[in-house]
Amino acid sequence: MTFTEIKKTKSYQTVLDGIWRDHPISSMVLGICSALAVSNTVANAIAMGAGVTFVLVATAVLISGLRKIIPRRVRMITYMIVIASFVIVVDKVLKAYFPEISESIGPYVGLIITNCIIMGRAEAFYSQNNVFHSVLDSVSNGFSYTYTLVAIAIVREILGFGTLLGFQVMPDSFPKWVVISMAPGAFFVVSLFIWITRTLAKVESD
Amino acid sequence: MAINLLMIFIAAVLTQNIAFTYLLGMCPFISLSKSLRTASGMGFAVIFVVTLTALINWPIYNYILVPLNSELIYYIVFIIVIAGTVQLVEMIMEKFFPVLQAAFGIFLPLITVNCTVLAVSLFMVIRSYNYLQSVVFAFGASVGWIIAIVIVAAINEKLALVGDIPKGMKGPGIIMTIAGILSLAFLGFAGMVTV
Repeated sequence: MTFTEIKKTKSYQTVLDGIWRDHPISSMVLGICSALAVSNTVANAIAMGAGVTFVLVATAVLISGLRKIIPRRVRMITYMIVIASFVIVVDKVLKAYFPEISESIGPYVGLIITNCIIMGRAEAFYSQNNVFHSVLDSVSNGFSYTYTLVAIAIVREILGFGTLLGFQVMPDSFPKWVVISMAPGAFFVVSLFIWITRTLAKVESD
Repeated sequence: MAINLLMIFIAAVLTQNIAFTYLLGMCPFISLSKSLRTASGMGFAVIFVVTLTALINWPIYNYILVPLNSELIYYIVFIIVIAGTVQLVEMIMEKFFPVLQAAFGIFLPLITVNCTVLAVSLFMVIRSYNYLQSVVFAFGASVGWIIAIVIVAAINEKLALVGDIPKGMKGPGIIMTIAGILSLAFLGFAGMVTV
């Protein structure tokens, strides 16, 4: 297959939608709570991104596999239970192997359940597509969520703590911008990120 | 005791505002803070549902899950209780309070995925509040949320009249910048009470 042919396949379109055109954070503005709250250090961002990606992929497999069996009227609550079960797995794994990260993320792990990316993709995509395309979609959405979180976290960790993944990167004379690592900084950095990506992608909002 | 409750309330509303300090409930925050009317409608629905679910979740956690050693599944239980409560409230309102239903009925289904509701129940467990403290905390946190969304919506409404906002910044970008400035202002409350 040539590249132009690949471009027309559904798989390619799905991946492209996930990582750029329908970027979950900047274009659809989903999953903002955790993007704001957990992006203060890179380690937290990676843990959160991995957790969300795992839940997304697992949910995609289960929901798209069972999409013909789940009755329409109770589909929302079914998605909730499926998502919540996988979130428990993530929570326990973090607690067992990465106690420090688990401590600093705290309740936000549990709040993956209400992360609208997962619910949104389950309702819009996994309930109507086969397992293969759903997994592609979940991986690309999870990936773009993770790289966004990490990009925001890199800016915030360098400016707020002067470190990167815990290693000092700024000279000692660098005054730490403490406010960037707190809530207001999260708002400012994320809004700048949205501004930049929306300008590049020419997304407009009414 | 009364002072302790008052402190929890003030902390939940001002010093640890759930929207500006914990950054929770942001999805509806961004999509609904375009007009003051919808913002306050959503806010009142949140106050109602958050307080109600805290009232129900506390006894379930402490009298059913803890004695049975099944704290492991509390995420699932909480989210089912929340979804069920929202559904029930919707049905009751439709039947008995059609006026209320018309005012904020459309916001109810959205509340299930508003992380404020689940977060309040999780905080209640993490901080091991007793029943009265949990209810006061839940009420305070949701009052804090409505204050946050109403201020942002009002500013955003005025800004839309005069604003010359860059294209990419319109919508979510500018709302988050406003929220960031307000969140700086709310930092000023820090140290007022400690919980």
